[in-house]
Amino acid sequence: MTFALALHIALAGMMLGLAAWTIAARETFAAVVGFVVYGLFLALVWVRLDALDVALAEAAIGGGLNGLLLLGAAARLRAAEAPADAERPGASLRLLAALLSATVAAALAAAVLLLPEPAPTLAPAAAANAAATGLANPVTNVLMAFRAMDTMLEKVVLLLAVVGVWSIAPDHFWGGRPGVRHQADPQGTLAFLARVLTPFGIVVGIYLSWTGASHPGGAFQGATILAAMWLLIMMAGLADTPPMNARRLRLMLIAGPAVFLLVGLGGLAFGAAFLAYPAAYAKPLILAIEAAMVLTVAITLGLLVAGPPERSAAP
Amino acid sequence: MSIASVFALCAAAAVGLGLYGLLVSPQPLRKILAFNLLGSGVFVLFGVVARRGAAAGFASDPIPQALVITGIVVAFSATALAVALLLRLLQVSGSATLAAHSSARSSRDPAGT
Repeated sequence: MTFALALHIALAGMMLGLAAWTIAARETFAAVVGFVVYGLFLALVWVRLDALDVALAEAAIGGGLNGLLLLGAAARLRAAEAPADAERPGASLRLLAALLSATVAAALAAAVLLLPEPAPTLAPAAAANAAATGLANPVTNVLMAFRAMDTMLEKVVLLLAVVGVWSIAPDHFWGGRPGVRHQADPQGTLAFLARVLTPFGIVVGIYLSWTGASHPGGAFQGATILAAMWLLIMMAGLADTPPMNARRLRLMLIAGPAVFLLVGLGGLAFGAAFLAYPAAYAKPLILAIEAAMVLTVAITLGLLVAGPPERSAAP
Repeated sequence: MSIASVFALCAAAAVGLGLYGLLVSPQPLRKILAFNLLGSGVFVLFGVVARRGAAAGFASDPIPQALVITGIVVAFSATALAVALLLRLLQVSGSATLAAHSSARSSRDPAGT
């Protein structure tokens, strides 16, 4: 056994241990903490699978924003935890569920270990067409050009999720501000951290978005870091959450899908097909879409974590 | 045993653990957590498939990678929506349970509706 393999088995063991902890921990709060650490280890697994772009996305979303969202929910649900615990299914039902889960896991493991050789791949096709866009990062090429339709529809899904979260609000808070107004000590550690970290975070976020054209990174990863910085400022009480009926906020929410759609329709009018970029302008067009996307995704993710409006728009 | 197959086994186990938690946990938030765990296992399986498809100078097939990034973002937005629904359920009914909800409501004053 080589050192590298031993390291991978240790990493896999950590991941499995944390996954089991997430399921088995008695307290929901502890389970959520386990899941956040699991997300960070998962990012390392992605690095070892040579998928750096996915690793960045997993670290930022799985380890970062997901943690913020779920920890907040766990804290608010803590009081309601005990009554639900009484509804735990009996031992025989648990055994049955365990058997079913073990069977599914074993079948999946067998299926993935017995996949045919050589593996089917689209990598040569992605490499052959890379010159058409002028981007050096193959994953960004796929996201923004070869399968741009997926990415555009995903923007729409994000928008629908925000609409869904907002529509849960009670009627009298419609148009109000999400979440509670955070009151942190302006001289405290959190406010200090928010002041010091945010400028660096903004630079890192924009850099990740920009460098995604040629290196690992991209619009999502950068936007997630920007969203985290925004949330940090809101949690430290340095800024209030925006009222959901603010026109500027809504314009920023639709900027990404709108630019994407416009470029797509332009492709239909002047080019070969929907979302077909004219070869000479492919890179500037993709960068324009990405710039709008970064803004929209950052705002959307921040609003998704902040939750539905819970108070009126007056500060 | 290759690197990819170690992680493939690990991902299959994560799917199994997630499925078990989804079926057995009585608390909705734990179900959401378990579902995320299940989803992450599926993503890693996809990553293993991408790793096997290494060709043309790429260490890993970029198409599945791009799909997984899209998947992670969509999974996060679905989680956020589920959490918002759950917190609203707590606000409206005063409890956050799924089972026998109708009986729980009749015995309790549905405050805040």
